[in-house]
Formats: sequence, structure tokens, C-alpha cells
Amino acid sequence: MSDSVVLTPPLKDEDVVGLRAGDRVFITGTMLTGRDSAHKRLVDLLEKGEELPVDLKGQIIYFVGPTPTRPGEAIGSAGPTTSYRMDAYSPILIERGLKGMVGKGARSKEVVDAMVKHKAVYFAAVGGAAALISRRIISSEILAYEDLGPEAIRRLEVKDFPVIVVNDTEGNDLYEQGIKEYAIK
Amino acid sequence: MREITAGEITQSVKELSMSAAYHLGEDVVKALERGLEEEISPAGQDVLKQLLENAQIADEGKFPMCQDTGFAVIFVQLGQEIHVAGGDLNEAIHEGVRQGYEEAFLRKSVCHPFTRKNTGDNTPAIIHIKIVPGDRIKLTLAGKGGGSENMSRVMMLKPSDGKAGIIEYVVQRVKESGPNPCPPIVVGVGIGGTFERAALLAKEGLLRHIGEPNPDPELAEMERTILERINKLGIGPAGLGGRITSLGVAVEMQPCHIASLPVAVNINCHAHRHKEIII
Repeated sequence: MSDSVVLTPPLKDEDVVGLRAGDRVFITGTMLTGRDSAHKRLVDLLEKGEELPVDLKGQIIYFVGPTPTRPGEAIGSAGPTTSYRMDAYSPILIERGLKGMVGKGARSKEVVDAMVKHKAVYFAAVGGAAALISRRIISSEILAYEDLGPEAIRRLEVKDFPVIVVNDTEGNDLYEQGIKEYAIK
Repeated sequence: MREITAGEITQSVKELSMSAAYHLGEDVVKALERGLEEEISPAGQDVLKQLLENAQIADEGKFPMCQDTGFAVIFVQLGQEIHVAGGDLNEAIHEGVRQGYEEAFLRKSVCHPFTRKNTGDNTPAIIHIKIVPGDRIKLTLAGKGGGSENMSRVMMLKPSDGKAGIIEYVVQRVKESGPNPCPPIVVGVGIGGTFERAALLAKEGLLRHIGEPNPDPELAEMERTILERINKLGIGPAGLGGRITSLGVAVEMQPCHIASLPVAVNINCHAHRHKEIII
């Protein structure tokens, strides 16, 4: 387990293969956002063989739907949403070059398999610590699907955005490890 | 007959929705602090510290403590001797939610079930009205987040499943939910009634302050047993492993059909967002 890794997208295989479940990582640079509706639109386009409005190669997607931005602030409250709802969509995006996802909650076997096969990592941010997390977001701009309101695709500039590796490229799972260590029979 | 205006109701609901989003309940803060003392997992302790710090930032900055500011669920205890004048009670409540969510920069999280098109103003709210004696109105607004709500279930057990079956079902549900509902969670359990009544009982349980046991000793004992078993699951804060998976369990019960044993599990995350006012 390494101590405090800093990641700056776009990421290559070598940036993620050394990470292990439980590693604390700070993301500095650009992250894209997207959740349920945006993922559906992106995957619908990919299945039709059409161009995406954003380039996913090497990127990290943060599953988030923020509160509206107060004037003078970069973004509203912006903690992670629950990731399993994107499980149907993540494998194809990972196949197309997505290198990281930030959310909360466990992923399906299909997603974990795709991460192992194509070298991508799933990180968790602390669910509900949204005010704290938002402080690490320097700026936010809508890139696509403004009509989706909180579900639009945004580009975030972040500094020292704290996450923890949940699933690494070897198929390890931090949630499973936690239960093994702390469950009492 | 005491009179109250629809406008006063709108104003109260508006203030409740803002307050619920910014200010973590005192009972939750105390429960998180207790949890921090008891948690043995370093990752778990770290999460609990972050949640307490987060609550402070939100409270001081009037900033939503979580981006999911929730579906507005309003419980109304309407005194039989009060008269609402100047407008429709339901509309007054929807308008309060509309105004509160807009002016406080809260997220609009309500959409059409098929098209997923956002309704744009966090309405319609869900309103549960109970007629009670007296001439006051008690309004309780719960900003119910989607993540925890998605982990909730209603199950029609067999009467032969008994108390043990109920406890097993609740603990199993929490085990299956894992990290998804943002542990540490608060668990509302509804027993009895009918299919829909059990669910409402569970949600009413979640309106209680954490640490306030059911006045019935048998149900209080069940609450303790369920809490103890949940905290042995090892899920921990944010599901990162630990012993503080739940901050409290609230059981509500009422008589049911001789052929049924309905059980509902309604899960709240650690925001446990609800504020009340009596006007």
C-alpha cells in the first residue's frame, strides 16, 4: 500500500496499474462528471457508432449531480452518487479508454472484469462529505447535456481531491477487505 | 376554530427545507461523536471525522451538507380545530418546497419515471397528513435522499417467521446494502399494518431522534438487538470496514392481518435529514 499518490489525468495504463485497493489518492487536474442520464446518452451514441460530445480517453469520470452553484462559487455541494446505477454503462466506456471512475458503493462483476482487462481503477469519495469535497473543486464548466440540469456532463478542475482506491487492476475490492477484517461472526 | 393562512404554511415549509439541508441534527452530531469514540477502524475513524467536519462547514456556510438535498417528504399533523385559509394546503406545501429549493440553491432531484426529465423545481413533494386533536399544525420535512431510499424494501413475511425472522430480514437487508446507503446509517423498521402501511411506519420511525428508544420495552429490545447485529457486519463508515455501520434503529409496529407479517426497512444515511415546526 503506497502513501498518498497524486494523479493528473489524462492517465495511461502505467499510471493506474500500480494502484492497490486501499491506496489514498489525490486527484489534481481535470475530471469529467456524469451520472445516470448522461451515461445512457453516451452509451446510446457509442452503440449507434456516433461521436461522443466529450473525449473519454485517459479520463476520470466522477459520478455526481451537484446542487446549483451560488454566485461567486465554483460549484455547489458535490459529493459522489451511488455507482452501481452506472454498472450497465461503465464496461463499454472503460473499453473505449476511460481510466478511472469516482463514486461510492460496490461495482458489479462486469465492471470489475472490464477494469482488470482494460486497466482502469474505481475510486470512492466519502459519501455525504459533500461540502468538504466541494472545496477541492476549483472550477466547473458544463461540457454537454446542459438540459440535464444536475445530471449534465461537466469538466471540473480539482486540486488534491481526496479519494481511496476501491477496485484496482488486479481485481482487489476494498469493501470486501473491510468486511473480512471487521465482521464479527 | 383557529385560522392559519396558506402563506404561513408555505413560509414554514420553505424554512424547513433550507434548514434540513444545511444543519445536521444535534442528535446525529452526538451519535457521530459517540461513534468516533467507539470505532476501531482507522479508515472508519477518518470518515467519521470528515463527516463531523463536513457538518460544521455546512452549518457555518449555509451550504448543503450533501448534494442530494432529497425528495421532500412532508408529514403533517393537522389539528382538527385548525382551518387553513387563503389557499389549498397541499399546494401551499408544494410551493414552500419550490421556493425553499430554489432560493437555497438546493438540488432539483425529481423526474418523470420513464423519460427521466427533471420536473425542475423538486416538486411534487410527498405529503402525509394525519388529523390529530387540537388547533395547531405540526410540519415535519424529511429531505429523503435517493441512495438510502434505494436500499429500502417491503417484505411480506410469513407469520411463522416471527420476531427472529424479522430481525434476520432487517440485518440481511443492511448486509446486502453494504456501502451503498452511505453508512453509518439509521434504520427505520415498520412491522404490521398492510403492505403500504408497514413502509410508512418504517419512515415514521426515521423521524425519531437517534437514541430515543421505542416506549414499548419489547420493541426497544428488538431495536438494540438489530443494532448490535448490524454493527457486527463489519461494513463500517462509508463501507470501508469498521464497527460503526449504524447509528440507531427505530422500530414502529401496529396490528396486521392474521395471515400476514409485513415488514418494511427504510434506510437513512447519516444525514438523517428532518426538521420540524409547530405553528
